[in-house]
Amino acid sequence: MKILVCISNVPDTTSKINFTADNKEFDKTGVQYVINPWDEYALTRAIELKEAKGGTVTVLNVGEADSEPNIRKALAIGADDAIRVNAYPKDSFFVAQQIAAVAKENSYDVILMGKESIDFNGSQVHNMVGELLGIPAVVPAFKLDLLDDSTARLEREIEGGKEVVEVKLPFIASAQQPMSEPRIPNMRGIMTARTKPLKVVEPTGADTKVDYVNYSKPEKKGGVKMIDPENAGELIKLLRNEAKVL
Amino acid sequence: MSVLVFVEGLNGEVKKSSLEAATYGSQVAQQLGTTVTAVAIGEVKEDALARLGEQGISKVLYDGDERLSQFVANAYVKVIAKAVEQENARVLVFSNSNIGAAIGAKLAVRLNGSLATNVTALPKIEGDSFTVTRGVFSGKALADVALTADPKIIAIKKNSIDITSGGGTATVENISAELTDADFSEKPKETVMQETDGVLLPEAAIVVSGGRGMKGPENWHLIEDLAKELGAATACSKPVSDMDWRPHHEHVGQTGITVSPNLYIAIGISGAIQHLAGVNSSKVIVVINKDPEAPFFKAADYGIVGDAFEVVPKLIEAAKALDK
Repeated sequence: MKILVCISNVPDTTSKINFTADNKEFDKTGVQYVINPWDEYALTRAIELKEAKGGTVTVLNVGEADSEPNIRKALAIGADDAIRVNAYPKDSFFVAQQIAAVAKENSYDVILMGKESIDFNGSQVHNMVGELLGIPAVVPAFKLDLLDDSTARLEREIEGGKEVVEVKLPFIASAQQPMSEPRIPNMRGIMTARTKPLKVVEPTGADTKVDYVNYSKPEKKGGVKMIDPENAGELIKLLRNEAKVL
Repeated sequence: MSVLVFVEGLNGEVKKSSLEAATYGSQVAQQLGTTVTAVAIGEVKEDALARLGEQGISKVLYDGDERLSQFVANAYVKVIAKAVEQENARVLVFSNSNIGAAIGAKLAVRLNGSLATNVTALPKIEGDSFTVTRGVFSGKALADVALTADPKIIAIKKNSIDITSGGGTATVENISAELTDADFSEKPKETVMQETDGVLLPEAAIVVSGGRGMKGPENWHLIEDLAKELGAATACSKPVSDMDWRPHHEHVGQTGITVSPNLYIAIGISGAIQHLAGVNSSKVIVVINKDPEAPFFKAADYGIVGDAFEVVPKLIEAAKALDK
């Protein structure tokens, strides 16, 4: 069983988000980067499957050299080897083409990633890769089991419910909780991760379909109006007559 | 050249988020000086489709193939691609639902188009330049994105467009993409819908959400009763779903569902930055918490410092007294 897990290098969930003075780029100053939290569900499930059925877990990141600490972290958590496509992830289509190119070369049985990245929130790459490779994309999945060597059973969320899907390998799925319980690397993992292979490859000549031209921050709230708890019913009147939301 | 809107149904009616997409599509068509058509798939009643005229849709293309009652991405994409070709559509509008985003991504590859998901406002169109604004960094920022290829595929964030009404009646025509069994090879084995009172959390205009301050699942009737009086959906914070007090699909936050209702009422939730990321585009936020130092008050429009078990019954009483 060969499993590919795609990870993004994203600002920590507690980061304050700022942009450069011209609002053209994200300001990385003082920002701590982490493995995209959604991707961690994919990574740990992949490792669990490997532990149960055997095989290998390869981590793939489309990113510049500053992604490598988090790629090593994924190796420390339990992936076997890693590939970094040496390019700034310009847009979803660009990233999808890089992943598809790596997948074509290595023919994985299962491709996993998080349901979206917490920085660009596109939720596009998994379906694009599925389309590029002509394999099923099960998005967003919260349960994944292998029934045998050629079939997987997944549960995916739909608005207002869930679907149970059985697919033949190879397939791609995006992960969300509670697919697995993300793990923290242990000391042995950190030590062995240093010597696990991390291959850097150059991007294929892929094009982009969108341009990010400007960033801004939403308007700040005008401040909070406090209501006396003894007179809590007043809130309902304010919501109807002042805020006009009831 | 035209604008095409994809419409999703639920229990025979058009979903609220699709009415938003229809409104958006009509307004884009006005900007471009062109027409807007909708394409609907699966179980939606014909009169519900005709009423899309209210949002300015003149024509609805409908594929009622019974096999399409369940979502099967490849089959849906084929029907919509056919509609795109037939209508010579240059702009495609979807709701940013799980289905809408999935079809949008597949179509973007198949048609070589530009895709923007999570879009929050109408486009700026100047000559050949076509720019939309989308939410990024989990609601903490917005980005202006130029869509450089055709067709331009836009998935709009829920509750970001006010639904218009007052148009006419749309004509409903059949469309068929001559689907074969192979198009349904990824058909789901089973579809299980949650039991709700009809208000889906991602679509809800009002959300009542409980946190650890509710002390246990046995107290959730307070959240549910208030939600019922307000016609709201219920939600919860991450610790609450982690402790299995509530199901995971109710978890709102950075690693749960993102919601953007008109009104979000947070009860017993302190307001960690990860929770705020899931709710910060709500139009009005109410925070009820015992702790006056709870960070959530900084993001709130209205606040009550008090015990949920005393405050919420008063709110339920006051909500009962409202003229509905």
